Amino acid sequence: MHSTIVWMIIGMGIVTYIPRMLPLVVFHNVKLPPFLQGVLKNVPYATLGALIVPGIFFIHEDIWFGILGFLSAFIAAWLGANVILVVLTSVAVLSIYAILI
Amino acid sequence: METTLATRKISHFRQGVQAGASIAIGYMPIALTFGLLAKTTGLSLFETVLMSVIVYAGASQYISLNLLSLGTGAFEIVLTTFILNIRHFLMSASLNEKVEPDVLWKKALYAFGITDETFSVAATKEGTVTTSYMFGLIAVSYGSWVISSGIGHLVGASLPQSLQESMSVALYAMFIGLLVPALKKQRKTIWLAGTAAILNSVCLLVFHVPKGWAIVIATVLAAVIVQFFDKESEAERHA
Repeated sequence: MHSTIVWMIIGMGIVTYIPRMLPLVVFHNVKLPPFLQGVLKNVPYATLGALIVPGIFFIHEDIWFGILGFLSAFIAAWLGANVILVVLTSVAVLSIYAILI
Repeated sequence: METTLATRKISHFRQGVQAGASIAIGYMPIALTFGLLAKTTGLSLFETVLMSVIVYAGASQYISLNLLSLGTGAFEIVLTTFILNIRHFLMSASLNEKVEPDVLWKKALYAFGITDETFSVAATKEGTVTTSYMFGLIAVSYGSWVISSGIGHLVGASLPQSLQESMSVALYAMFIGLLVPALKKQRKTIWLAGTAAILNSVCLLVFHVPKGWAIVIATVLAAVIVQFFDKESEAERHA
């Protein structure tokens, strides 16, 4: 039983590592066509959009956790706070909200 | 000459560590809970830490526990992990356009540390991303993940319920903190993030696409569509 779990973990590690490693190794020193380069440069911001929405609205059964967390982080970031401050602000806002309800 | 190169490397490494601090904070509650859940699922301390050391992928580690408790076979769990983590292929390809050229083995080594979070931080950084920066960023994130999952198993408890609930927003807040400065600077970013957010929501909520695929589909479509229109408007500007 327990050696099965260790093998499963090793298998999970391999299939997780391969997609992480392949592009960096295969496209090493390869110049991609400009359109594809443009698309790949777009990926970070598109990824961020998809990572935030809709996930943030499901962090709690009470959807207001997500809405308040989203707004407080957005406002803090808009006002120019650095990333750590943005994180601490939204955690603080939700802590206060959790105490109040 | 050699010393200046060494100091440059150290300062980039340190920059990476600083940039990774918010990831380290955000990972803590998630990894603590993972350790706790792993214990209740019946994994030993060794197996729990081993999984965090070897796999280092939050969502799939959680799902594997869930599947184990349902009695799912090892092969199916590995397959599910693969499908969930295919999205890193896209991130790695995108990052490859931004990192400094370096020897292959170093790139292959830090590739192990590419997660949604480390990718987001590195990819939104201004200027090139050096190898030393990547190692600093990953060292602090990975360290937090591995150590916190071990502590979660050992202590057998996670953070107090109320703190746990409010900290669940941490990584999302970090993503927002990375995105907003770019939104302010470039209109294109709004289109990219907005389109991907909508497509991802539609994939998940309307078509019930598995999470790993939903992110890949939404990201690729948004990146291609926006690039297509961007190219057209660029052509118009030049015309």
